[in-house]
Amino acid sequence: MNASLSAASRRDLVFGILTVALLAAVSVAFPSFASPANLADVLNDTSILILLALGQMLVIVTRGIDLSVAANLALSGMIVALLNRSFPAIGVLPIICIAALSGGVLGAFNGLLVWKLRLPPIVVTLGTMSIYRGVIYLLSQGAWVNENEMSREFLRFVRWDFVELTTLSWLAIVVALLGFIALRYSGAGRDMYAAGGNPTAAQYCGIDPGRMQFIAYVISGALAGVCGYLWVARFAVAYTDIALGFELQVIAACLIGGVAIAGGVGSVFGVVLGCLFIGIIRNALPLVGISAFWQMFINGLVILAAVLLSARQRERKRSILEAV
Amino acid sequence: MPFLTLSHIQKSFGGTRALTDANLSLHAGQVTALIGENGAGKSTLVKILSGVHQPDAGEIQLEGQAVRIDHPEHARELGISVVHQESVVFDNLSVAENMFVGDRPRERGWVSWRTMRQRAAEVLKQLDATFDPDAPAGSLSIAQKHVIQIARGLTRRARVLIMDEPTASLAHREVEELFGLTRKLSAAGCSVLFISHKFEEVFDIANRYSVFRDGASVGEGELAASSRDELIRLMVGRPVEQLFPKTPPELGEPLMRVEHLSRTGEFQDISFDVRRGEILGIYGLVGAGRTELAQVLFGLESADSGSIEVCGRRVAVKSVQEAVREGIAYVPEDRQTQGAILPFSIASNLALPNLTALAPRGWWSAQRETQLADEWVETLKVKTANTATVVQDLSGGNQQKVVIAKWLARKPKILILDEPTKGIDVGAKRAVHAVMDQFVHRGCAVIMISSDLPEILGMSDRILVMRRGRVRALFTREEATSEAVIRAATDA
Repeated sequence: MNASLSAASRRDLVFGILTVALLAAVSVAFPSFASPANLADVLNDTSILILLALGQMLVIVTRGIDLSVAANLALSGMIVALLNRSFPAIGVLPIICIAALSGGVLGAFNGLLVWKLRLPPIVVTLGTMSIYRGVIYLLSQGAWVNENEMSREFLRFVRWDFVELTTLSWLAIVVALLGFIALRYSGAGRDMYAAGGNPTAAQYCGIDPGRMQFIAYVISGALAGVCGYLWVARFAVAYTDIALGFELQVIAACLIGGVAIAGGVGSVFGVVLGCLFIGIIRNALPLVGISAFWQMFINGLVILAAVLLSARQRERKRSILEAV
Repeated sequence: MPFLTLSHIQKSFGGTRALTDANLSLHAGQVTALIGENGAGKSTLVKILSGVHQPDAGEIQLEGQAVRIDHPEHARELGISVVHQESVVFDNLSVAENMFVGDRPRERGWVSWRTMRQRAAEVLKQLDATFDPDAPAGSLSIAQKHVIQIARGLTRRARVLIMDEPTASLAHREVEELFGLTRKLSAAGCSVLFISHKFEEVFDIANRYSVFRDGASVGEGELAASSRDELIRLMVGRPVEQLFPKTPPELGEPLMRVEHLSRTGEFQDISFDVRRGEILGIYGLVGAGRTELAQVLFGLESADSGSIEVCGRRVAVKSVQEAVREGIAYVPEDRQTQGAILPFSIASNLALPNLTALAPRGWWSAQRETQLADEWVETLKVKTANTATVVQDLSGGNQQKVVIAKWLARKPKILILDEPTKGIDVGAKRAVHAVMDQFVHRGCAVIMISSDLPEILGMSDRILVMRRGRVRALFTREEATSEAVIRAATDA
């Protein structure tokens, strides 16, 4: 592992141990929790979060933020659901491609506004978040697309399993691996870290930080689009408000996973851990008999703890003067 | 024939004309010094040469061929490499990756970390750099970060190397090392453009000079046939009769006495005093612990042991508020991030340490603020249309005047200045020195930390030399020579 990431990978390691410890603690109280079947369920349940968080990580690493992912997911999901209703003969592969395309276009819209008009990412995506939700309503006239209006193949794809894991889990695993390789070994991946870490210096190295942000938004959008199909097929329903507020969980998973909100820092491993952590909490709490509302509380605590930890890791020396 | 020629380059930003008629020629195997006051257009020229900006008019010729430098990557392809003034280093990336950003070694399209690390290690070895290519750049000192930038240039077989004030934050020994390297590169046929405010360095390293004033070239030639006075005259457009406006001091009783002050890992057993009417210079290399000492005196950090007395009374400066109450003021080294609030107006910046005075019954008065600002802009001759001007829009020298003025307005007894004239032009430097001289003649004291040897020798009544966190020597003005001070400051 590259030493430049050593502080980050140390953090990932500590957090990995913590996650395993959490898993162990739950399993001691509820041995059934640690059964392969249940763990597979947890991963299955967390896969969409992982896919979205990986996209979000790219956006945050390049100093952006994407509040519109959940709305993008819902809109792309609605588009493919409507398509499937009207043309049930379309195969799953074209459906996924259309979902990715739709998400990618919506992401590109965010990216263009941030790159070309230099608008602040949080404002742009807050705006498009509402716009995308609004478009769902316009497309669907507020109506639902229900299970009986979806083709069997459309619904079945997400339920196939292989070695105990469903399509969802395999997709998350494959995308995480691809993401790891791309971020470590592709020029564009390294350029994202450079652009997010020091945009001025990046410019002097011939990297356009705005262009890197654009690429990050397109990838994040395309992943959100694919997740739109996965979500609609998994829950067998599409309507205006699906995944409402889910973007906050996605961002939370990134922050818990060690992505620096100031940009330039974040790892695939950390983000996947962050998602699994949220997934374990979400699945374990009902078992332990604690209300699901505590989940938000615990996630919040973990975010604060994570931020506190990385703040303490920074050199304390002359922090007053060097804080920019 | 010159390797690179710029003729009649013009460049405006909005209504501001940064370059009106810039001419420059760089010869292979020669070091050309680019000299000019701040605002003379040097930085703009560098940005044009490095492909960040395009000229509005004029021509750039490389080996006799007209070229357009479209973007930074293009400049690099042409063999133009830049060591930038501000540290353009990626703290989040490793040393090795920093050297190859924009041009990473690839294998079948994928980044080859092995090759990158190997080549980085080779270049670092060439530079006698001792740090690990795998270390995160954020863990390095400013001087080491500069070395990374130079190393970046070396990874690309640069034909033109532009060094934009590379020595501003370097200590003496590091400057020597940098110059050794520059000579090596130039001997290998590289054209070097060296930009600096320090004449000693210019005469030390360069063969040729080119002087800029107000965006235009006003003279160029062989340095051997020129003199420092002539260059200064070209720069400011008027002769400078005396470099340091220092008048004989009227010393009084000690204002501040520091005894056996220590802070683990930064400095040990520091003792000295400063008297009324005195300018105490503190000289040392980067890392000698000077800034750290100043920060303890100003309450930004606390000492582990030792004592500080102000006016014969022992004080515990545990916070900046207490230090200010004791009449201590501190003008930090980096005015851009530590000294001034750039997007604030001159008046608002001046008001910051003086809010109690400006808000007599708890309510701030805009009228008093403007009054105060007008008074100090007048006293320090800050060049500005009015006090509502945003500090960002001022030149470096005028920014520094504002930072000093905001503290002077509080009427401190002891003024600590950390590199007070770093990166500001000759005229502003002189003005800052004059302010210091007037200040101590009112019975106050100045502690001046500086790496600028002529400034230390020219302005100080006594010179304290630090090395590796300890006091190594204390010279009176009469005893001090540049050789003696440097000897005390270096490990030799």
